[in-house]
Amino acid sequence: MGKDPRGQGAFLAAAAAGCAGGAMTPRLELRGISKTFPGVVANDDVSLRVMPGEIHAVLGENGAGKSTLMKIIYGAMAADRGEIFWDGEPVRIPSPAAARQLGVGMVYQHFSLFESVSVAENIAVAVDEPFDLPALSARVRELSQRYGLPLDPGRLLGHLSVGERQRVEIVRCLLQHPRLLILDEPTSVLTPQAVKRLFETLRVVAAEGCSLLYISHKLEEIRALCDNATVLRRGAVAGGADPKVASSAELAALMTGAALPETRREPARPEPAPRLEVRSLNVTSEDPFGVPLRDVSFAVHPGEIVGIAGVSGNGQTELAALLSGERTVPDKDAIRLDGEPAAHLDAGARRDRGLAFVPEDRLGRGVVPLMSLRENAILTAHRLGMVRRGMLRRFKANAYAREVIERFNVRCTGAAATARSLSGGNLQKYIVGREIALSPRVLVVSQPTWGLDVAAAAAIRQALIDLSRRSAAVLVISEELDELFEICDRILVIYEGRLSASRERGETNVEEIGLLMAGMGADPGAGMGWVAGQAMNAGEAANAGVGST
Amino acid sequence: MDVAIAIVTGTVIAATPLLFAAMGELVVERSGVLNLGIEGMMLIGAVTAFSLSFAGYPAPVAVLAAVAAGAASSLLFGVLALTLLANQYAAGIALAILGGGLSGFLGRNFGAAPIEPVGPIHVPVLSEVPIIGPVLFGYDPMVYLALVLFGAVWWVLYRTRAGLVIRIIGENPQAAHDIGYKVIPIRYATVVFGGAMAGLGGAYLALAYTPLWVENMTSGRGWIALALVVFASWRPLRVLLGALLFGGVNILQFHAQSQGIGVPSEFLSALPYLATILVLVLISRNRRMQKVNFPASLAKPFRPGH
Ligand SMILES: Nc1ncnc2c1ncn2[C@@H]1O[C@H](COP(=O)(O)OP(=O)(O)OP(=O)(O)O)[C@@H](O)[C@H]1O
Ligand SMILES: [Mg+2]
Repeated sequence: MGKDPRGQGAFLAAAAAGCAGGAMTPRLELRGISKTFPGVVANDDVSLRVMPGEIHAVLGENGAGKSTLMKIIYGAMAADRGEIFWDGEPVRIPSPAAARQLGVGMVYQHFSLFESVSVAENIAVAVDEPFDLPALSARVRELSQRYGLPLDPGRLLGHLSVGERQRVEIVRCLLQHPRLLILDEPTSVLTPQAVKRLFETLRVVAAEGCSLLYISHKLEEIRALCDNATVLRRGAVAGGADPKVASSAELAALMTGAALPETRREPARPEPAPRLEVRSLNVTSEDPFGVPLRDVSFAVHPGEIVGIAGVSGNGQTELAALLSGERTVPDKDAIRLDGEPAAHLDAGARRDRGLAFVPEDRLGRGVVPLMSLRENAILTAHRLGMVRRGMLRRFKANAYAREVIERFNVRCTGAAATARSLSGGNLQKYIVGREIALSPRVLVVSQPTWGLDVAAAAAIRQALIDLSRRSAAVLVISEELDELFEICDRILVIYEGRLSASRERGETNVEEIGLLMAGMGADPGAGMGWVAGQAMNAGEAANAGVGST
Repeated sequence: MDVAIAIVTGTVIAATPLLFAAMGELVVERSGVLNLGIEGMMLIGAVTAFSLSFAGYPAPVAVLAAVAAGAASSLLFGVLALTLLANQYAAGIALAILGGGLSGFLGRNFGAAPIEPVGPIHVPVLSEVPIIGPVLFGYDPMVYLALVLFGAVWWVLYRTRAGLVIRIIGENPQAAHDIGYKVIPIRYATVVFGGAMAGLGGAYLALAYTPLWVENMTSGRGWIALALVVFASWRPLRVLLGALLFGGVNILQFHAQSQGIGVPSEFLSALPYLATILVLVLISRNRRMQKVNFPASLAKPFRPGH
């Protein structure tokens, strides 16, 4: 397969799907698309065909050029060379509006959403039809119910969790009955149940004749959903594959050209004294639509990784803000670091005490997009002596940025590259890497491997394990159960602002945690009386738990 | 009673030029651009309107010319800040200085010659009703124009797609670009609108407020308009409130000065500026509202990515 002449595999596979679908003209065909950025070839002579009703996966490592290719199809970027055919006719797609006119919809990897306006307004700006918010809101409500993606059109987008925001993006596309739907890592922040629902939706959409271009790093998803796959490696087509037949390991090998390393983990030897301790934290959210935290207590000891599982929008945002110091509470003892009261300390003071933090919202709070990686390093690593008497020591900052780039294999043009120019996954590697490389005493991280390719995700997970075994206390907040089970020593579940009792990884399983995430596990340990669900299945409960406000 | 009526009408009249300029700047800033040059654009508008009126052209022509002159001067800022990506603070201040110098130069020969001011309208029966007449129907047409434009700006910003697009571009130009909006042309449009509104404000000063050429006749109103927008948390109703407050304190201190109370006149003259800013700062303390209305990309240069 890997020896295929460029693109040949993809062509054959796509042609086969075309026969199966009964139509012979591809909905979309790319021929020889190339795109160069200063110093990087993002797309190199890429050819690709998608038949009507086909779900076509585009695979590749972080920085392989997937998002660039999709932006070219959506008219948001211009290719340097190459042709695009739509239903067999050559077309030019000079703008996203032109793409939408043809029937192309796109869900961006980095949301193209606006926090200061409502959900309905976010949708209205990307829908080319007369401006009528009440009518649109009604349609959004109806469509989001039908597809199991509950949304309240009147809410301010800034008040939504990342998972809910992604739903807005998806609903916004579906509303326009697209003929080709591009989804750039749509499931990176959805729960397993929500992913299942989404897949059902996408299959229906495809059965109605819409073609899908689907990008994801989760190979199991691709195998479950897609008919065909095209693999990009460093901008060029490395080959095609039938994801129903190929194994995840084969796909991964095609992407990286190498086999995946196994995770190494020694048993945890947590020290007896907790390093991060939270005691009956009760706070109302600052956000009128947020989730109040109720009686949240837990501890993280040096030497272990503790995971907090939960469907997004159940209080994680609030908890993260309280742990990082972005928000403080007057009761000093509610949060303790090394046994010392810390709940009243601001983020800077907590970092001075050895706490590091990776926020959920990367581009907003994780980096300053227009600054260089070097300058972004200074933002949190200045405690390592990058600033002396108020003066920046660029040499040190540079060295630190380069160390992170090298150690976490961040693909970029160097420490002077702006954060914005990195591919989604590479930016993620940089932000998480920047915090791990600080060797913090406590690390709080939300969704550590969001958008990472399999190899990079494995490397970050290994780095988190290694950090904890060097006697740091690590807290991972994530919706990805598989990930939590792979790296955590103990797992707790957050649901509607309450935390379950902690469970040792060996003594629980994905099903039990999944039920707790849906608010249905019996949890005598915490005495919360979550009753086992009546007629609801876990998926419905999970969805009801999120967007019902 | 007459004094009270004079205070009310004086307040509205003094608020009018500010309202023009501040509503223009509000739209500019909502699209993410900071044009500090309002004072200069107002002066350019004022000198244009005055010279045409002085040359005998009718008031509507003078006003339209001032609008055009304000818009043209803002275009200069637009080229610097939007096309050449110059620092917006520097470009705006340059425009403020340029407008001051240019208007002083163009107006150097007017001396103290007066022109025929734009007079109040007269609505047959209504204008003669006691109290209501002068308070509601006793102004010159430009006052009503300011109110109409105020309503129009509010309506466009919050009730139309165009206004929504202006607001989202002000928050996140990159995302707006990604879904297909032409950020730079739209920002040019708001900047030019802001310039036209500042030109109107200037024309009002020259044709109605003090129908007499005085160098630097705006005396800082452009800067106050700027402060109004910021301290009003980019919300139109608060801009209106702030403008009226400024106008009110201004008239009150005039009356106080003419009564000769024992407070230095410099202090009294500074009072409207102080009071306006103080009050607006106090009411804009709510950080949550600030965040919702603040155009997050304000004054940051934007270059569409490839
Ligand atoms: N605006 C830009 N300026 C400069 N370089 C860019 C820009 N956008 C992308 N690149 C570079 O082009 C290459 C491909 O990026 P792209 O975003 O397409 O990758 P990707 O396959 O989507 O990766 P990921 O899985 O991490 O999202 C990367 O090396 C990236 O750094
Ligand atoms: Mg990408």
